[in-house]
Amino acid sequence: MEKITKFTGRIAPLPINDIDTDQIIPARYLKTTDKQGLGQACFFDWRYHADGTPREDFVLNQPQYQGATVLVAGHNFGCGSSREHAPWALMGMGFRAIVSSDFADIFRNNALKNGLLPIIVDEETKQQLISLAQEDPETTVTIDLEAQVLILPDGRSVTFPIDAFSRYCLLNGVDQLGFLLSLEEDVAAYEASHPQRVTTTV
Amino acid sequence: MSSNPRTLFEKVWDSHIVKAQTADTPAVLYIDLHLVHEVTSPQAFTLLRERGLKVRRPDKTLGTMDHSTPTTPRNELGIIPVVDAEAAKQLDQFTKNCQDFGIPMYALGTENQGIVHVIGPEQGLTQPGMTIVCGDSHTSTHGAFGALAFGIGTSEVGHVLATQTLMQYKPKTMAVRVDGKLAAGVTAKDIILGIIAKIGVGGGTGYVLEYMGSAIRSLTMEGRMTICNMSIEGGARAGMVAPDDTTFNYIAGRPYAPKGEAWEEAVAAWRTLPSDEGAHFDAEVTLNADELIPMITYGTNPGMGMPITGVVPDPDNAKTVDEKIALDKALRYMGLQPNERLLGKKIDVVFIGSCTNSRISDLREAARMLRGRKVADGVRMLVVPGSQRVKAQAEQEGLHEIFKAAGAEWREAGCSMCIAMNGDQLQPGQYAVSTSNRNFEGRQGKGGRTFLASPLTAVASAINGCVTDPRELFVPEMA
Ligand code: SF4
Repeated sequence: MEKITKFTGRIAPLPINDIDTDQIIPARYLKTTDKQGLGQACFFDWRYHADGTPREDFVLNQPQYQGATVLVAGHNFGCGSSREHAPWALMGMGFRAIVSSDFADIFRNNALKNGLLPIIVDEETKQQLISLAQEDPETTVTIDLEAQVLILPDGRSVTFPIDAFSRYCLLNGVDQLGFLLSLEEDVAAYEASHPQRVTTTV
Repeated sequence: MSSNPRTLFEKVWDSHIVKAQTADTPAVLYIDLHLVHEVTSPQAFTLLRERGLKVRRPDKTLGTMDHSTPTTPRNELGIIPVVDAEAAKQLDQFTKNCQDFGIPMYALGTENQGIVHVIGPEQGLTQPGMTIVCGDSHTSTHGAFGALAFGIGTSEVGHVLATQTLMQYKPKTMAVRVDGKLAAGVTAKDIILGIIAKIGVGGGTGYVLEYMGSAIRSLTMEGRMTICNMSIEGGARAGMVAPDDTTFNYIAGRPYAPKGEAWEEAVAAWRTLPSDEGAHFDAEVTLNADELIPMITYGTNPGMGMPITGVVPDPDNAKTVDEKIALDKALRYMGLQPNERLLGKKIDVVFIGSCTNSRISDLREAARMLRGRKVADGVRMLVVPGSQRVKAQAEQEGLHEIFKAAGAEWREAGCSMCIAMNGDQLQPGQYAVSTSNRNFEGRQGKGGRTFLASPLTAVASAINGCVTDPRELFVPEMA
């Protein structure tokens, strides 16, 4: 995993509530066995007409938003399925952070494990970012994970919540599995004191 | 252990702590059962191989094929052919992964194969008080047995494969109280669609729901599963129902159920699980079952639901701008007008299936309404049993003959048109009444439009060729 400390990027606005994972990556693209190439399928049905031609009215198809690395979206972003293909696809499309007023649980968890930052801000800040991006696509924001702040173009910093463990892993570029592997003794002790009832291998 | 009154959730949570939550790290929970399917696991197995790790407890892990599998009929050799090369590759990879890591697996078309949330309970693997995870958000289904069960991502699938543990922050609890008696023609599906319409698709975020009250108590296990299944559609990761005699009777005698003395011990332990008198919940919602009528969704998320006799809401009456935008977008996609009635709306497809409503009782209800009737001209109706065992049981009871005689397609077991990964899909613009759990744009096929409803509503609509209140076609002996 790459370390994440601080970065600055342009923002793309997608002010729609309850964007579900079937929109982020339609199920027919889940027949892959790796993580590659999913960026091309990201928001596929919003990006393309049935005949495969791009929808020009879709914001992420517009030239001025190409290269944006921060997506500002409506609340409850990532609801629906547990597919980790959703953060893989968003990252494949070049996003490093999603800013919203609220995220669906599983999506948020999955994003954090992959270094895609789910940044929760208050409703007003979210609206401000959406307007800024719509008015001037060159607008950039800075995300400082160390300081846990998002810095707006006017210099205002907004603190965002992130659990200490995820933050530690992201700042140091370590994946979360290492921690669990280090608990081998605790797991063995738990197993010894909790005789199992269900066995699938009979 | 504290002597304070505890909820069902807290009891299961507390008894699975391997390492308590600290300021720096989440709690580490032991996982009793890990269900694995072909779509969300390949990258997790890759991780194990890259790190040289084994599956710690293959004996607490079970694989099945369900999402990308075809549900088309078997060939002369009794084999279900997989024509999609990508799906075939994914299924082969899954077989290899399970073999290499020693995980028991139910392969396509074999006796026990089926949708992951159908087979766990069916085999008696899903038991009260357990922690159960799967790389699938509808793992909440298993909560119907008083288990703590939730969906996880692929990284976490890797964590559980490697360590049999999972990191979690303790969620909040919400009591969902449903009292009263369901009228004839109103089902568990209508209860959960009613709850989600009430709390919204994000209303349960951060909570584990416990469904309680007289209406929940009087439901069968399969009805309770339907309800817990859709907890995720309200944003909650898990939903639970306290185990009772209904639960124990359902489990008794299943292949993996405890036997003899072990059964007695297990039941005694399970009886201690229900929430204690006076246990604290962080939130509470209520629904009156007496007043409930069949529910249907009109929009593009499961929270956009209404009583079937209602009219599509008008975006101009939305409370917020965001809500108006969402509603406008949904109605445009669905091709619906504000204030339009759904009753009488012409439909193209009816889908009976999915981990929400593909169990034997769902098929029995559907068949009972369909018996002696026909699917309307121009309507395609698919009946997709949740598992091979459900399919075999239905065939033993002759249900498949009823479906076929009515003009419906009787298919092999799998997720099918719930997720449309396998070619079972809607065509652009088509309307479907579906017993599945998601009406997201394109979920059942690009451009397809989904009305979520109960099996009874789906069958009634198939018969009339349009959205129909099942109470109109109600067969008296169904009461
Ligand atoms: S039936 Fe549908 S919701 Fe259930 S596991 Fe399969 S794809 Fe997921």
